[in-house]
Amino acid sequence: MAEPLIELRGVTKRFPGMTALDAIDFRIAPAEILCLAGENGSGKSTLIKIVSGVYAYDEGELLIDGAPVSGFSPRAAIAAGVQVIYQDFSLFPSLTVAENLAMGRLLSENRRLVAPAECQRLGAEALARLDVTMDLDARVGSLSTADRQIVAIARALMSRTRLLIMDEPTTALTGREVERLFAIVREIKAKGIAVLFVSHKMREMLEISERICVFRNGRKVEEGPTAEFTEGRITRAMTGQDIGQERYVWSGDIAAEPRLSVRALGVGERVHDVSFDLRAGEIVGLSGLLGSGRTELALALFGMEPGHRGEVRMDGAPLKLETVQQAVEAGIAYVPEDRLSEGLFMTQSIARNMVASAIDRVTHGPFLSDGEATALAERTVADMRIATTDVDKQVGKLSGGNQQRVIIGRWLLTGPRVLILNGPTVGVDIGSKAEIHRRIRDLAVKDGLAVLMISDDVPELLQNCNRILLMHRGAIEADLDPRGLEEDDIHTRLKTLR
Amino acid sequence: MRGKDTMDKRLDLSRFISRDNNILQLLVITALIFALMSWLEPNKFLRYYNFESISFIFPELGIVAIAMMLAMLTGGIDLSVIGIANLAGILAGVFFTRIYPGDPSAGMAGEIARVAAGVMLALGVGLIAGTLNGLLIAKGRITPILATLGTGQMFTGLCMVLTGGPAIVGFPAYWGLIGNGKLFGIAVPLLLFLAVAVLIAVMLTKTPFGLNLFLIGTNPRAAVFAGLKTERMVLWSYMLSGTLAALAGIVLSGRTNAAKSDYGNSYLLQAVLICVLGGTNPAGGRGTVLGIAIAVIALMLLASGFQMMRFSNHLIDFIWGGFLLLVMVLNAFRNRE
Amino acid sequence: MDRLKTLLRRSETAVFVIVVLIMVLIGAINPAFWQADNLFNLLRANVIIGIMALSVLTVMISGGIDVSFPAFAAAAMYLTVLAMEATGYQGVVLPFIGATLIGLVCGLFNAVFISTFRMIPLIVTLGSASVVRGLLLGLVGTSIVNIDRMPPALIAFGRSSLDIGGAKLSAMVFVYLGLAVLVWLFLTRTMTGRSIFAYGDDAESAKRVGFNTRRTVYVAYGLAGALAGFAGLLHSSMIWLANPRDFVGYELDVIAAVVLGGASIFGGRGSVLGTVLGVFLLVLIKNSLIIMRIDNTWQGVVVGCVIVLATALTAWRDRKAAA
Repeated sequence: MAEPLIELRGVTKRFPGMTALDAIDFRIAPAEILCLAGENGSGKSTLIKIVSGVYAYDEGELLIDGAPVSGFSPRAAIAAGVQVIYQDFSLFPSLTVAENLAMGRLLSENRRLVAPAECQRLGAEALARLDVTMDLDARVGSLSTADRQIVAIARALMSRTRLLIMDEPTTALTGREVERLFAIVREIKAKGIAVLFVSHKMREMLEISERICVFRNGRKVEEGPTAEFTEGRITRAMTGQDIGQERYVWSGDIAAEPRLSVRALGVGERVHDVSFDLRAGEIVGLSGLLGSGRTELALALFGMEPGHRGEVRMDGAPLKLETVQQAVEAGIAYVPEDRLSEGLFMTQSIARNMVASAIDRVTHGPFLSDGEATALAERTVADMRIATTDVDKQVGKLSGGNQQRVIIGRWLLTGPRVLILNGPTVGVDIGSKAEIHRRIRDLAVKDGLAVLMISDDVPELLQNCNRILLMHRGAIEADLDPRGLEEDDIHTRLKTLR
Repeated sequence: MRGKDTMDKRLDLSRFISRDNNILQLLVITALIFALMSWLEPNKFLRYYNFESISFIFPELGIVAIAMMLAMLTGGIDLSVIGIANLAGILAGVFFTRIYPGDPSAGMAGEIARVAAGVMLALGVGLIAGTLNGLLIAKGRITPILATLGTGQMFTGLCMVLTGGPAIVGFPAYWGLIGNGKLFGIAVPLLLFLAVAVLIAVMLTKTPFGLNLFLIGTNPRAAVFAGLKTERMVLWSYMLSGTLAALAGIVLSGRTNAAKSDYGNSYLLQAVLICVLGGTNPAGGRGTVLGIAIAVIALMLLASGFQMMRFSNHLIDFIWGGFLLLVMVLNAFRNRE
Repeated sequence: MDRLKTLLRRSETAVFVIVVLIMVLIGAINPAFWQADNLFNLLRANVIIGIMALSVLTVMISGGIDVSFPAFAAAAMYLTVLAMEATGYQGVVLPFIGATLIGLVCGLFNAVFISTFRMIPLIVTLGSASVVRGLLLGLVGTSIVNIDRMPPALIAFGRSSLDIGGAKLSAMVFVYLGLAVLVWLFLTRTMTGRSIFAYGDDAESAKRVGFNTRRTVYVAYGLAGALAGFAGLLHSSMIWLANPRDFVGYELDVIAAVVLGGASIFGGRGSVLGTVLGVFLLVLIKNSLIIMRIDNTWQGVVVGCVIVLATALTAWRDRKAAA
């Protein structure tokens, strides 16, 4: 192997109360495409921050071109040719494409003035390097996510870049845009630049990378050429456990009246003619690439897409789903995708977070009953096995897994008949994940809840669902029976949907 | 296991202190101000008359501050409170002087009915004004700052249109009682303030509406996803805020027996100051009526002390502004820890 | 074709069209509107509000809001005029520099709180306005410097005008337009100017890309204060008196004009051209109220409605764009 561009030897990084990276050896060679895999909290973001000079490490060595470096800073990292594209791209929507591209260069040259002609020239050069064309005068705010990402890549490549780090680059892209991104990444490699992908999407890792490094709990647990990996192996390495052999089996009556029956549902241009049934006790998985319309479908069922088309019935009775209140009234609960921005009231107590959707239950006449709210919250805490003794504690102080359980618990207090989970275990540690799965299966079996589980996590779907729907371009493409299916089968199906 | 238990206890205690830290801090500030003023001006400050006059003056400001806090709880602000207060007072004045002048033959019952009608009119105006704010903010999705800046200007403009500039005088005697009278030896404005404070405190801490406001102010997006009726709650909070502002206008015009388009201009700053000092988070989700009540009393003690030391009103304005910045700086430091 | 479309979609175009429509309408009602005298007066009325609007524009682009500039303008004006009166100084350049510097210092005072303590701009500027106005009136004085005490040099400067076809166009209009061009160049052609947009878009990203965001905040509020200070002294030289209680309530007109011009309180958006048009539109509306013999007590109501309508339209447009 060629001499590594950047190498870490025995690097350890500690934070108060935890070791984020534990004696890591890591290297990336010029023109190599390396994938860094790992769940949230595995240490991969810490590694990126060390390689880009944001964090100082506590022990070990960092070598660039074989020479040890000390006092590595963001500036030094940029000077060494390291560029990071974060998930939010760090672009400026009110500046033009040309200005966004030129800004870094102008800043590094300590310029005081901005000449439009120069911005144009720099911008055109940067885009030409990637072989793409774009309106340089367009404001970045008016571009699609994929185009913004290209601007971000073009900007990152303007300096003498030798290593480009991309943090979850495919998260916000549709299938075809991912293809375009990969073409660009190969182009970059051809110029001798190394690319470090950080991802948790197995299939994409296998497709684009040459080598894969898997992190778990601050340690590097697997490393090798991509050819040696399968999705199962990556997952096992990431989670440290085999996907549960024990899959969910539904033994209900297929002829019974469905709990939720969706017919010809449509939302704008994004969801077309979706029909499916959800029976009591079923856990139905819903997967598809980003932009497939799966979240819009869920939001429509939750009353957040007023003016949607089609018909939804609950136990045979037609529902009006124009507001969230109507959906909640009908017994539909929705655990949103983004726990922090859509789910939790971070500075409020666990109890208040719990009763938020069932305030009526703890209200008598005009007054709230604090005692009842506390009792209800305490019961749910015990029921969901949330690790706390005090429901007056701020919810923000709980771990991700416990926070997720607070939100699920909140909905259980409304007595739901249909539970929609969007990414139920994203950013949740393994122990919590298993516990959440167990609870969801319990709810389906014992309480006869109908569950719709939206997830990117194929093993999660295989293990917990008795049916899996695949969505593509706003329509349901397949209704799969997971019995006898393996992960790769699903991935193959998803791949053909591109 | 036992170690863990005692640690939990300690955590409990520290949390309890930090939760009421603000109230404690406020009480200390108030006591300090009290001690300082008693020491500087013992003869004037410690007289019964001084406290009695404070009890007439501070309630209108306290009510405005509570109105402001209601808007701040959902992360908004109500810059139109002064405009609403003046408009309410002026409309009542117009009602008494031009539409329904006093009729000596009507007797006491007739006069009381007339004043009651005036009160309803003024409160109704506040309710309508607050509804306008609420609709613009909740349904029209206009930033509260700009919406209430604009409506505040509209209300003040209407005051100008109605009065043409000079103050309206000639309120009935019973109207004056609202601002100047005493009941059981206690100032009527003070009683009104206490009633409002208790009512709003109960509403915020013991009713679903209050809980809704705190949740919406903490995270409006999550509130939508939790199925809360955010639009309606925000609308209601501005309606209430407008009505309270109108009540403050009634007390103000009752106390001074006049209503004018530019009365109480400095109240806006003071109301914001009282909210911030009283522990209301201008970004939403936190605030108590108790904090407001203590903060307004602290400021009034300070103001009366300065007046005794012959500080001009302008210098007192300077002190308000400086105090506001200082309190914000202190909060910033505290949050940093 | 695309260019035409983007041109049509720009808020400046909309404001311009409204301006033309109102002018045609008023001209039709009262042909005297088109007389050079009246038009020049209209332009003159743009000057002070316009310069202050440039000040608020800078702050709004950075994602803030400023209600302290009227107090700063009053302080800069009054202190400078008092100093001129006391020293008997006869020039104008130095006084204007002085007033600008006073404004600058006040603006930097805002920046300290906003940048260092991350405080909410509205509350900071409410506080600083009260501090500055309170100090000015409480320590410096409350008496008006009227025409007999005003420095003659200032009066002469404020009176200077150009004779165009028998009508006099105040030279101050050119001062205003000159400043507008300078601010435009600053905002669009300098790194610091662009950094204000970047900061208003996303402060965190601006930092990450390498902007010195602390300096950005200081420059934005400092420039705003400096412009306010300059406008303050210019105002007194145009009306020949210096009243320390002046400019009360100006924040409403000025913010209305800036919002009309398409700037967003959330930062990142706004242009000098839009602001200049917004100011012109606002002055035109107020002026036409007079021409149409509507009692001037209605002005406040109209300005309030303008703020509400302009923001409602912007909010509606943004929501449509997002959908």
